[in-house]
Amino acid sequence: MSAILSIKDLKKSYASGQIALNGVSLDIERGEILALLGPNGAGKTTLISTVCGIVNPTSGSVTVDGHDIKADYRAARSLIGLVPQEVALEPFEKVRNTVRLSRGLFGRPRNDALIERILRRLSLWDKRDSRINELSGGMKRRVLIAKALSHEPRVLFLDEPTAGVDVELRKDMWDIVRELKAEGVTIILTTHYIEEAEAIADRVGVIARGEILLVEDKASLMTRMGKKQIDLQLADPLDSVPEALAGYDLAIRDGHTLVYTYDARGPRTGLTRLLNDLAAAELRLKDVQTRQSSLEEIFVDLVREDAQ
Amino acid sequence: MNLTAISAIYRYEMARFFRTLLQSFLSPVISTSLYFVVFGAAIGSRIDQVEGVSYGAFIVPGLVMLSVITQAISNASFGIYFPKFIGTTYELLSAPVSFLEIVTGYVGAAATKSLFIGVVILATSTLFVDMSVAHPLAMVAFLLLTCLSFALMGFIIGIWAKNFEQLQLVPLLIVTPLIFLGGSFYSVSMLPPIWQTIALFNPVLYLISGFRWAFFGLADVPVGVSLMAIALFTGLCMAVIWWIFRTGWRLRV
Ligand SMILES: Nc1ncnc2c1ncn2[C@@H]1O[C@H](COP(=O)(O)OP(=O)(O)OP(=O)(O)O)[C@@H](O)[C@H]1O
Ligand SMILES: [Mg+2]
Repeated sequence: MSAILSIKDLKKSYASGQIALNGVSLDIERGEILALLGPNGAGKTTLISTVCGIVNPTSGSVTVDGHDIKADYRAARSLIGLVPQEVALEPFEKVRNTVRLSRGLFGRPRNDALIERILRRLSLWDKRDSRINELSGGMKRRVLIAKALSHEPRVLFLDEPTAGVDVELRKDMWDIVRELKAEGVTIILTTHYIEEAEAIADRVGVIARGEILLVEDKASLMTRMGKKQIDLQLADPLDSVPEALAGYDLAIRDGHTLVYTYDARGPRTGLTRLLNDLAAAELRLKDVQTRQSSLEEIFVDLVREDAQ
Repeated sequence: MNLTAISAIYRYEMARFFRTLLQSFLSPVISTSLYFVVFGAAIGSRIDQVEGVSYGAFIVPGLVMLSVITQAISNASFGIYFPKFIGTTYELLSAPVSFLEIVTGYVGAAATKSLFIGVVILATSTLFVDMSVAHPLAMVAFLLLTCLSFALMGFIIGIWAKNFEQLQLVPLLIVTPLIFLGGSFYSVSMLPPIWQTIALFNPVLYLISGFRWAFFGLADVPVGVSLMAIALFTGLCMAVIWWIFRTGWRLRV
């Protein structure tokens, strides 16, 4: 797979002096779903806005399918759809007209059948002739999505698409994202919901203070998450793992606790056998505790480490 | 050239105009009629003739210019300020369109609207006064150029303005006085000599003079100078807009 979006050493400092992006490099593969996680003010929106041409980068380069976003902006931008974080819509305009305008702006010929399909998919068809200011917040967000989809982008940016959206709609949004992926659309979304990243992303990126801290396959993250640990607190202190237990992934903590790491998702955890062997080795247990690292924990740890 | 985008912007902007068509049509008709009642009937009954033209007819070109200029500016400035204000410019900036296409769409729509109003006023005038147009082609050319150049200027104001007050500022403080002092309702030759000289620094004078020449064949300044002045003004506005889009001034952070 070749990268459809290639970001190289992108920097942005705003006129206020605020450094929002501090050398971001990121390759996004064709057809993948990348979830960008990061605390408020991390630079997610700035990153997206720069790629889309709304923010002038201070330095660095971005190419979309090989087209530079500056030198070859027409080719680059015509591939991109953007759903912004803030709802910005003309209040007195009708839903269908504003979606049509988006398609026209991107140089696409009028296609009412396509727009009907998009509006139906987003449950907006009944509202097609309503004015924007007659819609609920969640509906407005969907209008933004309809606008972005109206010109059939190959790369779609969703900046917190599910903020302020009810649970049912959020699930529905995930389905739409999956459908788009099936059509070959590359999707980059930002979110504060870790479960959202878990549910739909192929890869997860963590950004904080304008820097990418991690970009990793969700599958391998899940394996890391899938790893569970059990703390076996012993009645008597221990200096080393007994010979009889050498076959297990064991570590000693505080001289009193054996820490066993295992894959909770695997077919065999080895717990029963371990407990039997412990008994055989005549080690007495005082307490038992299990722990699991979640994506959220990984995320929070990363951001905290970075802050130090 | 992204022609689809130009026509999308143009039609979207015009749709707004057509939604309020009656209002767009009625207000110039009413205000023109008022001007004729006040200037034509009340003052005109005392002035009678200006350089061989009845006063009622004499003020028609100035009246048309006054409305066309103010309408072109307010339509174009509001047309781009409003999207900026509510944040929908994100879409313009992220679309594969050039500055020329954006300007053509927005300014074209604003110019069309003001042209429509100019025509309505002209038509209304014929109900009050007898008029003939000496140079119809030149009349159309002046009208079109005025619509275009002041729509361009309005576009610049709309991008420059940071709030609604600023949006009103330039038209109110600069443009309207210039129009009134530019000989809309009188010939500059009626002024004392010193004021005649000062008036020559008013760019709007050249416009109104040229436009009036197209109607009656009389002008305060040679018609060639008028044409050059408006061409220069149009070129200047275009240069400013080109610079705005190149740098993203007040649009792109
Ligand atoms: N137009 C602007 N002018 C000046 N500073 C800005 C501007 N936009 C954003 N910033 C600053 O840049 C930094 C990054 O902001 P950005 O909006 O990219 O964060 P974010 O990751 O999208 O946050 P959130 O999760 O809250 O949406 C912040 O410190 C913010 O204050
Ligand atoms: Mg953001």
